Amino acid sequence: MAMDGGAAAVLREAHRLTGHTDPRVVPRVEPFPRRLAPAPSSPPAAATRPSGSGSCAADGAWQCSDVLEDTHNRTVRSCAWSPDGKLLATASFDSTTAIWEYSGGDFECVATLEGHENEVKSVSWSASGSLLATCSRDKSVWIWEMQPGNEYECVSVQQGHTQDVKMVQWHPILDVLVSVSYDNSIRVWADDGDDEWHCVQTLTEANNCGHSSTVWALSFNQKGDRMVTCSDDHTLKIWDTSADLSQPKTSDNQESWRHLSTLTGYHNRTIFSAHWSSEDIIASGAGDDAICLFAEDKSSMVEGPSYRLILKKEKAHDMDINCVRWCPQDPRMLASASDDGTVKLWELRGNALD
Amino acid sequence: MVVGLINANPVVYEKKERRSRQAPETTDENAAEAIDQLEIFDILSLDIKDPEHPYSLEELNVVTEDSVEINDELSHVRVTFTPTVEHCSMATVIGLCLRVKLMRSLPPRYKVDIRVAPGSHATETAVNKQLNDKERVAAALENPNLLDIVEECLSPTFA
Repeated sequence: MAMDGGAAAVLREAHRLTGHTDPRVVPRVEPFPRRLAPAPSSPPAAATRPSGSGSCAADGAWQCSDVLEDTHNRTVRSCAWSPDGKLLATASFDSTTAIWEYSGGDFECVATLEGHENEVKSVSWSASGSLLATCSRDKSVWIWEMQPGNEYECVSVQQGHTQDVKMVQWHPILDVLVSVSYDNSIRVWADDGDDEWHCVQTLTEANNCGHSSTVWALSFNQKGDRMVTCSDDHTLKIWDTSADLSQPKTSDNQESWRHLSTLTGYHNRTIFSAHWSSEDIIASGAGDDAICLFAEDKSSMVEGPSYRLILKKEKAHDMDINCVRWCPQDPRMLASASDDGTVKLWELRGNALD
Repeated sequence: MVVGLINANPVVYEKKERRSRQAPETTDENAAEAIDQLEIFDILSLDIKDPEHPYSLEELNVVTEDSVEINDELSHVRVTFTPTVEHCSMATVIGLCLRVKLMRSLPPRYKVDIRVAPGSHATETAVNKQLNDKERVAAALENPNLLDIVEECLSPTFA
């Protein structure tokens, strides 16, 4: 690929975290300022942060700071930090979601959200931190409202998907929720102003140039006007999400979200994770053990936005990569988690955006 | 609860003669030994019992040597099995047994795809999708009842 002047972009492995000793471990990561929370498939969830007070990029060694145990009795599938970083939510195959508060140097489980019939797969906080969404193999999406005193009230149960729901993620600014599923569809949920939640758009292969197999994950850019989804069909898709779906529909020809671009031919097995950095670099991690980085190709705006591969890191891990996440504080620091039991921290170097 | 067998009278085939494996040409003891098709077929056929019958999957022609495709260089294995009847509700259990057996036998670098033979099952696409969704497989293996069935099929003591 052409890089004008300067060094080509490279991903350098900066740290390797190997705290998960169970061979069945499927770590996933959710970075927050100087602290990572990998969710292993064995019951305890571990939080990790660098020793000392350096930034994410400091060369200080990372160590396991906390192990969250005695709450979940089956696999912890994913986790999410609240926007203020004070709470961690963990979603488990034991059908519950736990809320952990970090205070006095310890994590304490302050609430357990029950209601799903079986495996909870994903949990997400809204931008304001007042709403929480969860999804499950039971095909439903639940929306919870945070009440004073660590109480969580279920405000809506949505049954639109016809198969298990793999991931939920809130829009970065609006109270608009997106869910992706084994039924190959992407659904967008919003409240109609009367606290009634509805599916306001469904993105499918037939009608919207959507995915042809399980959709595993999604991520928004910082502004929230773009979204990336990734799938078992080996593609990533970029969506224009600039239409504000949080407003009640006033006419039939109202704007909606639309397909912009399909990135195909870069991974040759299921793409499990995609994440959009604050510098607009999209990272993807897949079952082919590789990490790819993409950015918008500004030179070809004539035919609408297109995205180009910046680099592909083959054999980034020894086994499937389940999760990739950019560090919110340092947009050049990427975390990846794999079936090989490790979490790796990568530094992106060179002129990635030239 | 008494449940009728899905396939009460399966056709049982004779075990085929094993072709002998070629002796490795290299004498370098440190060379990584490539895993071949026959080796994987042996793993799958000899030790896995049908969930319904006291026969191995080989004896029921559910797996044959041709079921196994391997690309050792790319660390990729694909197993194509043929359920004994088209509407066999045991297909996902058989597929799960094949997957677990390979997970336990092969080095972790291998990527394994399991599928039913094209045209051999009424809900082929759904079965294949389920067998290759690793999250579904992981959840299934945390289900004690299902795990018991799988363990019984993989128990080498049946005769």
